[in-house]
Amino acid sequence: MARTQVVYERSHGLKDVETHYCPGCHHGIIHKLIAEVLVEMDLLDKAVGISPVGCAVLAGDYLNCDFVEAAHGRAPAVATGVKRTHPDLLVFTYQGDGDLASIGAGEIVHATARGEQFTTIFINNAIYGMTGGQMAPTTLLGQKSTTSQSGREAARHGMPLRMSEMLSTQDGMAYCERVCVVDMPNLHKAKKAIKKAFTLQMQGVGHTFVEFLSTCPTNWGMTPVDAGKWVKSDMNRYYPLGVFKDLTAKKEAAEE
Amino acid sequence: MPKELWKGNEAIAEAAIRAGCRAYFGYPITPQNEIPEYMSRRMPEAGGVFVQAESEIAAINMVYGASAAGTLAMTSSSSPGISLKQEGISYLVGAELPAVILNMMRGGPGLGTIQPGQADYFQATRAPGHGDGRMVVLAPAGIQEAVDLMQDSFDLADRYRNPVMMLADGMIGQMMEPIEWKETEPRPPVEKPWAADGRDGDGKTHFVTSLRLQSEKNERFVQSLFEKYAAIERDEVRYEAVGCENADLLIAAFGTTARIALSAARRLEKEGVRAGLFRPITLWPFPSRALRELAGQKSVKAVMTVEMSMGQMVQDVRLALEGMKPVTFYGRTGGMVPEPAHIAEAAKKTLSEVK
Repeated sequence: MARTQVVYERSHGLKDVETHYCPGCHHGIIHKLIAEVLVEMDLLDKAVGISPVGCAVLAGDYLNCDFVEAAHGRAPAVATGVKRTHPDLLVFTYQGDGDLASIGAGEIVHATARGEQFTTIFINNAIYGMTGGQMAPTTLLGQKSTTSQSGREAARHGMPLRMSEMLSTQDGMAYCERVCVVDMPNLHKAKKAIKKAFTLQMQGVGHTFVEFLSTCPTNWGMTPVDAGKWVKSDMNRYYPLGVFKDLTAKKEAAEE
Repeated sequence: MPKELWKGNEAIAEAAIRAGCRAYFGYPITPQNEIPEYMSRRMPEAGGVFVQAESEIAAINMVYGASAAGTLAMTSSSSPGISLKQEGISYLVGAELPAVILNMMRGGPGLGTIQPGQADYFQATRAPGHGDGRMVVLAPAGIQEAVDLMQDSFDLADRYRNPVMMLADGMIGQMMEPIEWKETEPRPPVEKPWAADGRDGDGKTHFVTSLRLQSEKNERFVQSLFEKYAAIERDEVRYEAVGCENADLLIAAFGTTARIALSAARRLEKEGVRAGLFRPITLWPFPSRALRELAGQKSVKAVMTVEMSMGQMVQDVRLALEGMKPVTFYGRTGGMVPEPAHIAEAAKKTLSEVK
C-alpha cells in the first residue's frame, strides 16, 4: 500500500477562488504569505485587513479574514479607526505605491508618527498597475511609463520616493523592513518579516511596516521571468533590502 | 431637571457622548473648535476614543474605519472642512455605514468668513459626495434642540445604515443658552452582523466595501439605497409650524434664521399682518407635503423663504409648491445675519406685490 504524505497544501487563510492578478504579478505570492502567517499565528478569526484602491482592491476576496475597502490612500486612517476602537484585533493595511506614497502620503506619515498599532503591507512595483501603467511616486529614473514615455527624468518628474527610509526616521515606527519575493531565500525572509510585524503589533510596540518590492510585468512590458530579474537588478539598487528600523533589536542589544 | 447654561458646541459634544457615541475624530476649524477640545478631555472619561486627525480627510476616514468595525462614530467640522470630507461621506453611503457628521456652517465660498452662514444647504441636501446618495440632514434652531437631535442622529444613522448630518450654523455653536438634560433611556445595543470585527464562529468573513464592479450589481445596489431613502422620506420628515393657521404669509426658514424670522413674525402681528413660520427640521427629507398643505390654505397669499445664503432652500420650497402660490426670497450671506426688521420689511413687500 502506497503511503501518501502531504508536503504542501493551499493555505486555508486563502479563499478558494480564482485570481484576477496578471501572470508574473507578485500580489498572489504576498497574499499567500500573509494568509500563512495569519493561520500560523491563529489570527484568522480576529484579523481585519484594509484594502486599497488599485489592483489589490479585491484583496478581501482572496484572504480568508475580514476586510474593509478604503478610499484611495486613506487606508492608514481607516485602520486607525478600526484599531483604536477595537484594540484586540490584528489590523493590517495593504497598499500600493500610488495609494501609499502619492495620494495617501499624508495619512501614512501621520499614522506612523502617532505610532498607530497596525501593520502596513506596502507593495512597491514602481508603477500604477490598475489604471494602466502611469508613473508612480516610486517609478525609477529612466523607467518608462504611460505618463513618462521617454523615461522618468529628475528635472521633469522629480526623484522617486524611498518610503521605508523616510518613515523609519519617525519615533512612532517600531519595525520597518524592505523585502521581496523573487526567490525562495527572499520569500522566507519576507514571511518572517510579516510574522515579526504582526507579533510586534499584538505586543503594542508601535507602527510596523513591511515594504515589498513587487512586479508588474504587464505594465513594465516584460515577461514574468525578466520582471523578477529587474526587481533584483534595478529596483534593489535604488531600494535596498533590509531592516530600517527595529525598536526591539535595540532593546535586545541593551539587555545583552 | 434644572436648567444649565451651556455653550452650543460643548453642549452638542456632551449630547453626543450621552447618546452613546464612543469615538470622535476631528480636525480644528472655526467656529466649532470647542467640540474637539471638549471631546479630547471628555471622551476618554467616557471610555471612548478621541483622535485629532491630521486632516479632515483622515478624520472622516477614521470614522469610516470605526463604523466598518461596528463602532458608531462621529466627526464635526465647518464648511471648508466638510468639502474635504465629501469623499469619505460618499464612501460611507456606498458602504452603507452609519455615522454622524456635524457641520457648524460659516460664510463661504472658499475660505470665506468664520461668521455664521447657511450656504451649505445644497451641499448637504443635494450631493453629500459623488454618485447617487443622500444624507438625513437635521437642522436645529437652538442649543436645546441640537442636544435633543443628537440622540436622534445616532438612532437614525444606525437604523438606516447611512450617514446623518446635523447642519447647524456658527451662531448655534458659539452662543450660550440654558438647556435641560432630559433623562433618556440608554440606547439599546444595535446588532451589526455586517461589521468587520473578526470572523463569525462559522468562519464567515465580512467585507465592507463600496466597490461593485459589475454595473448591473451596482445599479441594483443604488436602487436598493433609494428604496431605503423612500422609507426615510415616508417616516422621518420633521418640521415645526408656528402660527401658520389662517396666516396671510408663510415664512419658511431653518436653523438660526428661523428664530429671527419668528421675531419678525411677532413684529408683523403687531402691525396686523398674520405671518406664520414654517421651519423644516429635516432638510432632507424636506417636509414638502406639510408645506404644501399649509400653503394651500385660502388665507395664504405667498410663501417667503429667508436664509443666510443667496437662496438655496427656496428651491425646495418652490418644488414643494409647484407654482401653487408665489414664492419670494430674502437672504443675507457671507457671514451676515438677517435682522427681524429687515425680514418684516421684506414680508410686507412680498404681500404688497402679490395683492
